[in-house]
Amino acid sequence: MARAMIAMSGGVDSSVAAYLMKEAGYDCAGVTMKLFENEDAGVSRAKTCCSLEDVEDARSAAYRLGMKHYVFNFTEDFRRCVMEKFARSYAGGVTPNPCIDCNRFMKFDKLLQRAEVLGYDVLATGHYAQISEIDGQYVLKKAADKAKDQSYVLYMLTQAQLSRIRFPLGNLLKAQVRWTAARLDLCNAQKPESQDICFVPDGDYAAAVERISGRAFADGDFVTADGCVVGRHKGIIRYTIGQRKGLGIASSEPYYVCGVRPAENTVLLGRENELYRAEADVDSFNWISGCAPQSPLRCKVKLRYRQPEQPVTVIPTSDNSVHLLFDESQRAVTPGQAAVLYDGDVVLGGGTIV
Amino acid sequence: MIYADNAATTRMSQSAIAAMLPYMDKLYGNPSSLYAFGQQAKEALEDARARIAACLGCEAREITFTSGGSEADNQAILSAAAAGEKQGKKHIISTAFEHHAVLHTLKKLEKQGFAVTLLDVHENGIVAPEQVAQAIREDTCLVTVMYANNEIGTVQPIREIGAVCREKGVLFHTDAVQAVGHIPVDMGADNVDMLSLSAHKFHGPKGIGVLAAKRGTRLVSLIEGGAQERGKRAGTENIPAIMGMAAALEEAVRNLDANAQKLYAMRDTLIDGLSAIPHCILNGDSTRRLPGNVNFCFEGIEGESLLLLLDDRGVAASSGSACTSGSLDPSHVLLAIGRPHEIAHGSLRLTLSEDNTQDDVQTIITAVREVVSYLRSMSPVWRSLMQGKQNFILK
Repeated sequence: MARAMIAMSGGVDSSVAAYLMKEAGYDCAGVTMKLFENEDAGVSRAKTCCSLEDVEDARSAAYRLGMKHYVFNFTEDFRRCVMEKFARSYAGGVTPNPCIDCNRFMKFDKLLQRAEVLGYDVLATGHYAQISEIDGQYVLKKAADKAKDQSYVLYMLTQAQLSRIRFPLGNLLKAQVRWTAARLDLCNAQKPESQDICFVPDGDYAAAVERISGRAFADGDFVTADGCVVGRHKGIIRYTIGQRKGLGIASSEPYYVCGVRPAENTVLLGRENELYRAEADVDSFNWISGCAPQSPLRCKVKLRYRQPEQPVTVIPTSDNSVHLLFDESQRAVTPGQAAVLYDGDVVLGGGTIV
Repeated sequence: MIYADNAATTRMSQSAIAAMLPYMDKLYGNPSSLYAFGQQAKEALEDARARIAACLGCEAREITFTSGGSEADNQAILSAAAAGEKQGKKHIISTAFEHHAVLHTLKKLEKQGFAVTLLDVHENGIVAPEQVAQAIREDTCLVTVMYANNEIGTVQPIREIGAVCREKGVLFHTDAVQAVGHIPVDMGADNVDMLSLSAHKFHGPKGIGVLAAKRGTRLVSLIEGGAQERGKRAGTENIPAIMGMAAALEEAVRNLDANAQKLYAMRDTLIDGLSAIPHCILNGDSTRRLPGNVNFCFEGIEGESLLLLLDDRGVAASSGSACTSGSLDPSHVLLAIGRPHEIAHGSLRLTLSEDNTQDDVQTIITAVREVVSYLRSMSPVWRSLMQGKQNFILK
C-alpha cells in the first residue's frame, strides 16, 4: 500500500484532504509543522503554546480518521528561511510574500524531504490546485473552485516535487469540502479560515519586522520624484507600493507610495498615474516544465494573489529570469511580490518581482 | 517492541499492582473518615509513609505525598522562597540543566524579584561542590541541584554539595526523580533538606510522588482545602497509588545493587556499540552516570527522523524534551553542556531497565547503526560535510 504523509494545519481543508487520501487507499499519517514559538511571533505565551489549539485540532482530526499524527519542530528553519527573510525584505524596501516562502522552503522542501526520509511515497496538502501528468511531464493547474484557487502560491514547484505531491482538494468546491467535514463530524468544520500571516498577529507587519530584526526603523522624509520633501514618514517598513492610507499628508489630490528607498531612508510619493508600469523584471523564476522557452511568449500574468490575470509578453532573460511587457500598464507593481504566468488554467511558472 | 525509554516512564511492577488493587475494590475508605473502615485506609497510608521514609533515610512525618515530581519540585522551591523572603533572602542557586519543573518555577520567582544563579554544568554534565560554595551569598535562601540528570544521566556530587550547604546554613533541595530506586539515595547521609521523587520512574504508578522535607523546613501549600498531609497538600489521598509507590520503591531499593550491576553491563555494551558510529559523541560523563542511561549525538542527523525510524523497527527511544505540542525542542540540557544547536538536534536517549536484555542491546545497536547510516545517506547536510563544504563538528 502506498504511504502518504498529510500536512495538517488543524484547518478544514487539510483535514478533508487527509480523509480523501485515506479514501483513495493510501496508508496515511498526519503531520503538523511547529513553525514558531509564540514569543517569537509576539503572541502571549499564556494564550496558547506553539499554536497548540491548531495542533490539537489536527491531531484530533487525524485520530478521528484513524491515522497516526506527528508534530515536527521546524522552528529554526522557519525562522531562518521565512521570518528573517520577511524582515530583511521589508528592511530592504521590498514587500515579501512569506506564505510563498513557507511553501518553497518548508512544506515542499523540508517537509517533503522528511516524508521521503521516513518512507512516504507522497506528500498531500489541502491546497486548492491540480496536478496532472502527461507522459511523465507534470502540469500544475488552477483549482476547480476558481474562487479558492491557490496555484499562485505554488509556482515554485519543480517536476521532481510535483511527482510526489498530491492536492486532493483540487477538483472540489469549497462548499463540498465544508460539507464533507461536517458529514465526517470533524471538529473544525466551521473553523474560520486563516487570513493573517501566521507569525504576524493582528496584521501588524511593522511590529513583526522590528521584533524579528531586533532593530527600530527611523523616521525619514517623504519625497516626490522631483526631489521635493513633502512630509515625514515613520520608518520605511511601514510603507508598501500603492499605499494611500496612513501617510498623514494633507493635499488636494491624494499621494500614493511609489517606491521605498532604504539607502536614503526615504519613501517616494507620487500621484496615482505615477503608480503605473508598462514592464517589470522578475528573477528567481521557476518554469514548472523545468526549462525556459527560447523565445518570447504570449500569456497571462498575475502580479498579486487576488488580481485578475493580465495579458503579457514574456521575454526570458536567463534560465531563471524574465522581462515582462504588459499589454496595459499595471498599477502598483510591487518588488518582492510574485509574478505568476498562466496559459489558460495551466501555471507556466513564476518568480519574484525586482 | 524494545522499550528503551525508562527515563520517560516505566512498566509497573507486579508487586506494585498487587499492592494497589485491594485499595480500589475492598479497602476503599477515606482515610479522613472516623469509622473503622476509614481508619483502615489511614493505617495503610501511614504504613506506606513509614516504609517510604525508611527507603529514603528520613522520618515518616517528613514525607508529603504529591501528584508527582513536578509538584514536589514546585512546592519545595516555592516553600524555600517564601521562607527566604521573610528573612530578606531572595537568591537561589541552581544549575542550567535542571528539569523544567525547577527551571520554570525559578523563572516565575525571578519575575517576583528573586535573583537566580544557574551554575555551569561543564561538558561532562557535572557541577562541582566548589561552584556551589562560591555562588552562595548572604542572601541565598536555597540551593537546588538535581540528583541525576533526566536526559544525560549524569549523577551530581549531592553529598558534597549538601555538606557545603549545611556548612553555610543554606537550605538544600534535590530533584531526585531519576535517582531514587536506581542509585543509593539517603537524605541523612547526603545532607539533603528537601527531596522530590516520582513513583512511575521506578515501576510505580503515574500521578503520585513525594516531597520529603526535613523536620523544621516550612512548607507552603500549593493546594488549599482539607487538612490532609498536615495541611500541606489538600485533597483526598490517592491511597491506591501511594500503596503502589511504596511497594515499587521497596522492591527497587531491595534489588538496587543487582539491577544496577546488570544495567551497568548493558549500558556499557550499548555505549561501546554506538561509539563505533563515526562522528558521534556520548553526552555526559562516561562513568558518573545512571546505570541505564545512554545519550548520544550524531552529526548530520535529525532526532525526529531517527526516533520515528527506530519506532518503525520496534525500538522506543527519545530525544530532547517533548514540547506541549508533542514536537521536539532542542534539548536545553545538551545546550547547557555546550553542544551546538545543529548537534543537539541529532540526539538520542536510550534508557534501559532491568527488563531489557543483552539481546535487546544488540538489536538496538544494529538498528541505530543502520538508521543513522540511512539518514546520513539522505541528508543534504551530511553530503556537504562529506564533500568538505562544511567542517565536521564531531570527530
